[in-house]
Amino acid sequence: MAVGVKVVARPGSLSQQLYLPAIAEGLGVTFRHFVKNFFGNITGRRDKTDIVTVSYPEEKLPYPARHRGLHRLMLRDDGQVRCVACMMCPTVCPAHCITIVPEEAADGSIEKRPKIFEIDELRCVVCGLCAEACPCDAIRMDTLEHAKPTYRRVDAILDKEELISRGIKSSAVQGGVGGFWREKVGDEPQTPPSGEVVPAGPPAGPVEPKLP
Amino acid sequence: MSSFSYGHLGFTIVAAVIKIVFFMLVLGPGVASILTWLERRQSAMMQDRLGPNRANIGPVKAWGITHFLADALKFLFKEDFVPPKAHKFLFALAPILALAPALIVAAIIPFGPSLCWGHLGEHVPLGACSTPVRMQVARLDVGILFYFAIASLSVYGATLAGWASYNKWALMGGMRASSQMMSYEVTMGMAVLTMFLAYGTLEPGAMVEQQGGWPWQWGIVGIPHFISFVLFLTAAVAETKRTPFDIPEGEPEIIGYFVEYSGLRFGMFFLGEFIEIVFSSGLMVSIFLGGWRFPYDATLAASIPNALFVLIGFGAWFVKVFLFCSFQLLIRWSLPRFRPDQLMQLGWQRLLPVSIANVLLMAGWLLIRK
Repeated sequence: MAVGVKVVARPGSLSQQLYLPAIAEGLGVTFRHFVKNFFGNITGRRDKTDIVTVSYPEEKLPYPARHRGLHRLMLRDDGQVRCVACMMCPTVCPAHCITIVPEEAADGSIEKRPKIFEIDELRCVVCGLCAEACPCDAIRMDTLEHAKPTYRRVDAILDKEELISRGIKSSAVQGGVGGFWREKVGDEPQTPPSGEVVPAGPPAGPVEPKLP
Repeated sequence: MSSFSYGHLGFTIVAAVIKIVFFMLVLGPGVASILTWLERRQSAMMQDRLGPNRANIGPVKAWGITHFLADALKFLFKEDFVPPKAHKFLFALAPILALAPALIVAAIIPFGPSLCWGHLGEHVPLGACSTPVRMQVARLDVGILFYFAIASLSVYGATLAGWASYNKWALMGGMRASSQMMSYEVTMGMAVLTMFLAYGTLEPGAMVEQQGGWPWQWGIVGIPHFISFVLFLTAAVAETKRTPFDIPEGEPEIIGYFVEYSGLRFGMFFLGEFIEIVFSSGLMVSIFLGGWRFPYDATLAASIPNALFVLIGFGAWFVKVFLFCSFQLLIRWSLPRFRPDQLMQLGWQRLLPVSIANVLLMAGWLLIRK
């Protein structure tokens, strides 16, 4: 026996050394899975099978409620954008993907609002700091949608209208007084002066949000 | 016209060409192509996945069975890359040498009962026909020896591919392929020698006729018979170079003798492997599992038109072969692979002594049964 060679004793019984019983057992396991999944699949009873595959575009798993998806801009009670162009989000954004050009409303009703509000979803790192930083509950990432694939890079830049198109009226009180929108889940829905009842929290998505 | 009547040269040649085209060029590669899809689908089902189910022709989806057409198209349009320092001629020859033997061995496999020429619409009992057209491309007296002679040629395909690629990994794969296939051919020959003793013939068609329709009348029944079946199956899986004997391909380590091949040339290796599965299954079904025989076949042959009976017999053969191919896929996706030294140890130190002992066991078995 050469130096440095360690002979490991083989497991004892003859049936183990023959391999064949173990092979038959293994074939039995895989065959059972095959039969179960095969017949469950061709009879359309996917719930009877062990198959874990999700056929993505047709089937979608619900995202968790706190999933950070596409951005959106929330609205005031009168339908105008809530954003006051305070520049918090472009300042905090580590990827510099937010562009805001402020303006004054023509009738002077709002002192400062975004003239241009663009988010480059290709640059966004989906950190969620913009939504954290926003003092007005104007920008959120709770759409539960991905950034869509596009043929041109410019199509991945969302402008103000597109961001607003996903928005709803927020019930948070402007200016920091009153509840943050997340704290309002489960509370009484607020009744804005306009009379339209808008519950706080994320929009009705695939999952009901369960926030503390 | 007389030269095309039964028994004349013209008739024989036309019948042979029809059988070759149907069996060796349509049925074998066709089933092999579907096996490439079935392998992925079946392995997926075994592993709780769905597998490739998207390929379709317009609205015709059929569980994605047209996937093999997409594969073939992909192979056609891929770049046919030849390494700059490769041996051009051998590099081109190797895939052909790998594919051709796989097709040629089909010649001896009987794939149905004999067609009774001139009595196609009549009731012909088994063996009562005087003008049979055998559903077998070549009825050779050397029979299975022909299979060994041709199948051992396919080692040239693998070895030459490894040599001509001018690639160390490919060369190692080729060397492993040649050593493995030569080792296991010995066991395979010994295993089938046992069955030669049992049947007293080398000719697969005659073997099938000696078996019966019911499973307990098949060639697999009996202690030495069953041992011979296990040995032959093991060696046949090793010959097709698939897991648990995929040392020459060894995807995680050396990729194999076809590492430099791409496009249609790789497709030929790929298809050749599956054709080997189909025809080795066909041979094992003929020797051990009753070939085209099915229960009540003798009764049925005497009570339905001959052409219909041949069709049913072919169907029985096809179902058996298909299920056996599926069983080979099951083996491939259930067992882990061997190390090269374990492979050689299993072949020379375990299977070969067992197969030689089995020949003696069979001889004793036959002596006692006499």
